[in-house]
Amino acid sequence: MCRTGHRPDPHEPERGDTSDTAFAALLEDSAEELYESAPCGYLSTLMDGTVAKVNTTLLNWLGLERTAVVGRKRFTDLLTVGGRLYHETHLSPLLRMHGEINGIALEIRRPGGGRMPVLVSGAVKYGSTGEPLLTRLTVFDARERRAYEEELLRSRKAAEESARQARADRARLQDALAVLQQSLLPATLPPVPGVDTAAHYHTASPDRLGGDFYDVFPLDGTRFAFFLGDVCGKGPQAAALTSLTRYTLRAAALHDPDPVSALSTLNTVLHERYTGGDPRYCTAIFGVLDPDPVTGRVAVRLASGGHPPALVVRADGQADFLATPGGLLVGVLPDPHFTAAATTLGPGDNLLLYTDGLTEARTGEDRTALYGDQALRDFCAHRAGEPAPALVLALTGLLDELGEGLDDDTALLAFGVPTRPAPGPATKNPS
Amino acid sequence: MDIRRRNNVTVTGNPQGRAVVLAHGFGCDQNMWRLTVPALAEDHRVVLFDYVGSGASDLSAFREDRYASLEGYARDVVEVCEALDLRDAVFVGHSVSAMVGVLAAAAAPERIGALVMVAPSPRYIDDEDYRGGFSAEDIDELLDSLESNYLGWSAAMAPMIMGNPERPELGDELTRSFCATDPDMARVFARTTFLSDSRDDLRTVAVPTLVLECAQDLIAPREVGAFVHRAIPGSELVTLDATGHCPQLSAPEATNAAITGFLAGSR
Repeated sequence: MCRTGHRPDPHEPERGDTSDTAFAALLEDSAEELYESAPCGYLSTLMDGTVAKVNTTLLNWLGLERTAVVGRKRFTDLLTVGGRLYHETHLSPLLRMHGEINGIALEIRRPGGGRMPVLVSGAVKYGSTGEPLLTRLTVFDARERRAYEEELLRSRKAAEESARQARADRARLQDALAVLQQSLLPATLPPVPGVDTAAHYHTASPDRLGGDFYDVFPLDGTRFAFFLGDVCGKGPQAAALTSLTRYTLRAAALHDPDPVSALSTLNTVLHERYTGGDPRYCTAIFGVLDPDPVTGRVAVRLASGGHPPALVVRADGQADFLATPGGLLVGVLPDPHFTAAATTLGPGDNLLLYTDGLTEARTGEDRTALYGDQALRDFCAHRAGEPAPALVLALTGLLDELGEGLDDDTALLAFGVPTRPAPGPATKNPS
Repeated sequence: MDIRRRNNVTVTGNPQGRAVVLAHGFGCDQNMWRLTVPALAEDHRVVLFDYVGSGASDLSAFREDRYASLEGYARDVVEVCEALDLRDAVFVGHSVSAMVGVLAAAAAPERIGALVMVAPSPRYIDDEDYRGGFSAEDIDELLDSLESNYLGWSAAMAPMIMGNPERPELGDELTRSFCATDPDMARVFARTTFLSDSRDDLRTVAVPTLVLECAQDLIAPREVGAFVHRAIPGSELVTLDATGHCPQLSAPEATNAAITGFLAGSR
């Protein structure tokens, strides 16, 4: 409202007479005046859309004379073509069905080909017998609001596009990671004549790049080498170390399969590679299986570099760790000592290699106790005489039960001698 | 898959009567036919449904590639007919559904024995001598219109105010979702509707056909109605004294009279 400087404030209590004058001036603002000059457009149409009445505000927005609109144009004539289609497919049926519409976004045509975003609400007026007589519409200037909405829509589209891009990137990354992961672990274990083999890998990292590793591969016509270990750290850097370790051990074993020699070669490589500001090391057990096809027994020679001892589970229920005391971490010192050990597996015996993710899993109500060597030994002793795949399957179930207490990668590798020797060299490959 | 559930199929009317399938067009749903059903129910078995992506259909069944062509919608029709094992049914299609009916009748001639095309248009965009009434830019504008009413969808879905006291049958619960659906699916339906060219399909029509047009229809002008009538030999053309694209709502008595008259004659 416009007030000139000399007019009194109508709320001023001392000047009651002049405030009455101000209200009187407002009251002279007739209903007709309110209709014509309202800050929104008013429009009444017959049921076929013909404009019956329109206010000055809307005429000014349209840039049209009253005589050119009333009785001559339909509401849809005032809209852009897109708006007309929307009117016919949505707005008109809604009005017919519900008698009301609210805040529908449309655009009206302005002189010179321009357009103006508006929000339209409407209500049908019915006659005394319920027949629809006319539609009353209010038209609000939505230029500011539309600009804001377009900004929101633009942001939404940009966000959708980034999300799509991120999904594509993630998928590509996962493909690359899967290929890398396959280079760290054997897809399947080779069949070892006269020996059951089984392995399981549990990764704690969401990108599936673990820090544990194992492998089994033939050395010559009869002997097979195996190793299992744990590099320090997790994620891509650990994976790089794992890769180096795996291929070094494979090459070293072909050169000299003696377990202590293989670990020494690995030590030399890691020590040389990671000397300086980024010391990296691993623990590992490396060994050789030498099956005797005549007796069916399998001689095992192995060496450990700082790794938890292998567990030998005899068919009769005896379970003991194969002690390898004093073995040092691989890659820390230039000339370390590694401890060797040997055993022979008879029918029904199993040899289990594992990483400390299992024995250091947290257990108990408050997750403060560790699973421990003793529990592992008891668990396996309880399953004495079962084939190696069954033992690994049982241990996999145990890992699942440990749930969130298992927060590190865990690798399992087991060898067993079948109680009934398999017929011929085509031994089953459990993995 | 439960087609009845997927397409929100409603069966009403006289179980002994000839089946009449009422199909909504782009924009709304089966509630478009609320004023038509009572006129048919006494003598006919009346089947209503929502296309997947519209009304109360199972939105999880929506596949963009399927519904990017009218054939996808025609498959909905055929599958509904099969689910109810309809034979020789009358298919009443509004707007784009008229063309969907043509495709469905060609795909399943044993199931659809007559067509009623309400405000049909085989092509909305002008093409050389053909006058559909719209340019490609106009259609882009409609798509923009849909987009800018994205925020309005929830308003349209909101409890539909008092409704219509004079017509208590238009209960709130029945029409709550009327004209409101997932904006992305509406966009697909809009593109399919307004960018398709089904003029050649009209020649395949081999069943009795009624073409119902409105005297004043922005979306399907009379030139287009005449084109459809000419293209389907033996078809009957009725021009309703009605304004707008939805005569079943704006002129229900005249629309119902034309449909029931055709049904009586096509027996």
